[in-house]
Amino acid sequence: MTTNMKVEEKRLQKTKISGASMLIEALKAEKVEVIFGYPGGAVLPIYDKLYDSGVFHVLTRHEQGAIHAAEGYARIAGKPGVVIATSGPGATNIVTGLTDAMIDSIPLVVFTGQVASHVIGSDAFQEADVVGITMPITKHNYQVRDINELPKIIKEAFHIATTGRPGPVLIDIPKDITVCEAEFDYEQEVKLPGYQPTIRPNHLQIRKLVEAVSQAKKPVILAGAGVLHANAADELKQYAEQQHIPVIHTLLGLGGFPADHPLFLGMAGMHGTYTANMALYECDLLINIGARFDDRVTGNLKYFAPKATVAHIDIDPAEIGKNVPTQIPVVGDAKEALKELIHQEGRPGDTAAWHEQLKKWKQEYPLVYKNDTSTIKPQKLIELLYELTGGEAIVTTDVGQHQMWAAQYYKFTKPHRWVTSGGLGTMGFGLPAAIGAQLAEPKATVVSIVGDAGFQMTLQELSVIHELNLPIKVVIVNNQSLGMVRQWQELFYEKRYSHSLIPNQPDFIKLAEAYNIKGFRAKNEEEAVRVLKEAFSTNEPVLLDFHVTADENVYPMVAPGKGLHEMVGVKL
Amino acid sequence: MKRIITMTVNNRPGVLNRITGLFTKRHYNIESITVGHTETEGVSRMTFVINVEDERTAEQITKQLNKQIDVLKVTDITDQAIVARELALIKVAVNPNLRNEVYTLIEPFRASIVDVSRESLVVQVTGESDKVEALIDLLRPYGIKEIARTGTTAFTRGSQKSAASNKTAFII
Repeated sequence: MTTNMKVEEKRLQKTKISGASMLIEALKAEKVEVIFGYPGGAVLPIYDKLYDSGVFHVLTRHEQGAIHAAEGYARIAGKPGVVIATSGPGATNIVTGLTDAMIDSIPLVVFTGQVASHVIGSDAFQEADVVGITMPITKHNYQVRDINELPKIIKEAFHIATTGRPGPVLIDIPKDITVCEAEFDYEQEVKLPGYQPTIRPNHLQIRKLVEAVSQAKKPVILAGAGVLHANAADELKQYAEQQHIPVIHTLLGLGGFPADHPLFLGMAGMHGTYTANMALYECDLLINIGARFDDRVTGNLKYFAPKATVAHIDIDPAEIGKNVPTQIPVVGDAKEALKELIHQEGRPGDTAAWHEQLKKWKQEYPLVYKNDTSTIKPQKLIELLYELTGGEAIVTTDVGQHQMWAAQYYKFTKPHRWVTSGGLGTMGFGLPAAIGAQLAEPKATVVSIVGDAGFQMTLQELSVIHELNLPIKVVIVNNQSLGMVRQWQELFYEKRYSHSLIPNQPDFIKLAEAYNIKGFRAKNEEEAVRVLKEAFSTNEPVLLDFHVTADENVYPMVAPGKGLHEMVGVKL
Repeated sequence: MKRIITMTVNNRPGVLNRITGLFTKRHYNIESITVGHTETEGVSRMTFVINVEDERTAEQITKQLNKQIDVLKVTDITDQAIVARELALIKVAVNPNLRNEVYTLIEPFRASIVDVSRESLVVQVTGESDKVEALIDLLRPYGIKEIARTGTTAFTRGSQKSAASNKTAFII
């Protein structure tokens, strides 16, 4: 039999299956462990195939919950999160999550239903131009126009979401496509001539960087989430130790370098440590590894690393030189670049005086707050959590004051333990993200630290926590206000607290009970210690409502428009 | 400063939307766009003329365009030897008495008259944008009723050696 005949025979053997079945088969081929979604009219054929497919589907109580859960899953599992939503409102409800994943480079593959092909464009029931809406907030998106293209599109979507700089990819599938049939060929190779991420760094640029390090007297590494996406925490540590270069993290990079390491200077930026920010101001060589020089990190660009030669290692060439002029651009994967740098075994420069200076700053300007046991200081609460969990927990947060305190006082020593909404700053992210994180690591201790306001944006997902009996500890840092908004109004708007104080919050314990979840409240430090111990001794979900000092502010702080060297609230 | 950027893209639904959306999102100003098929099936060529503040912005634009999956190749050809052409149709209010004058006027521009009526005529001109502008200026005193311009389309010349002299060529 000739090869051609064999191929022909194989083709004929293939039976035709529906678009919905293709989706299920593709998920199995991609070894997807869990999908998050919510059914509706346009995805009924998909949900029908899902019914007895054996694929684990989590029914969140809102599509936003589904997509944030998928984000939390992706961060911890290191695999793409998968979401299904129906057309129209189902799809528009995931817009926030898509944007969040886009700006924080989280790999997602999102399927949205669409009205049938022949009514697209007629303003049909639950029709929305989802491809148009999500174009700027996805790494790529598709609308399936021909059933024969569906397998290729799904395969491409998983490839694009997980390679290069990760991000969300959306596939919009008209209802008729899910029911009509075609052959399913998932073996084909992905061919995308317009998408060829650079993984291996340019050797000449690496040499330049090695040379710059040997000349530098005040070098510093700024490490972002790129280190985590590349699974390069070990290499980062090895390189920093080999070259004796201090390390600073961005908010999203936390855990990439152990916080208890003597070379660690803390987090950079608006609420970073004094030492980290002064090091960025004074350094003569700044090595950015997988961070995008976000404005919350750099402060006023005019005063950012003004004396430094800037080297930037990034898998996305568009990030290099975008905000900060860069002398040594290194396009490539953080792990590959670090391996290459370690291999070069360059000679470090004379940095003794620099390390002396850093040590002095560290001693003189540590993170501080004034404790008061008659209430609960939010900083103390995070410290208690840190001690109780041995720094090993997976921590998820929303955005705002509680997020900054968590970043400052929970000392992450391991990578992939920290799940937060960085770039977009999304309220309501933390709780559903914890669901995804716990499903990615069923045995891990997962703590969802949220504010009393953000919690109420996605609290319906408590249902899922109860239903799946996920032992998540929901920690509400309750200051009866939109804490960060209140802080800015206090500092920059003459204490005119416009719509930021919420003294009439619901009874969160009763709320937890309504969802069949145990709830504890604490109003002073002694109570806090007691309820924390109780909560963490059980393997059930627990909601904890901590009434913290309501007017506590996050310090130190770089006020908006100021340089990193102009921090306030550095000392008590 | 003005930059001319050409790119080849997959001819897929929504690709133009992707590109213009990107310009909107990042606040880049488009002066003109042209789009058309290329010698390869399924591949289109786009030419953008954009106004940017500095080199860094220009570099960002090409990098951001490059990130699009459907974009195959992006080149900022402003500083290369290029052939850049634009076509304009100019309807001028010219009565029969002045027709000959206009014929003489447009001759050095190698423009042609493509429509004549009692009260007006339509001039078609092809060339670099400067040339088109110059002709429009000359025709303005007669009374311009309508103008339709295609925007610049361009690509690099086969030989890059005498870039400077090629670029300054005005009427070819």
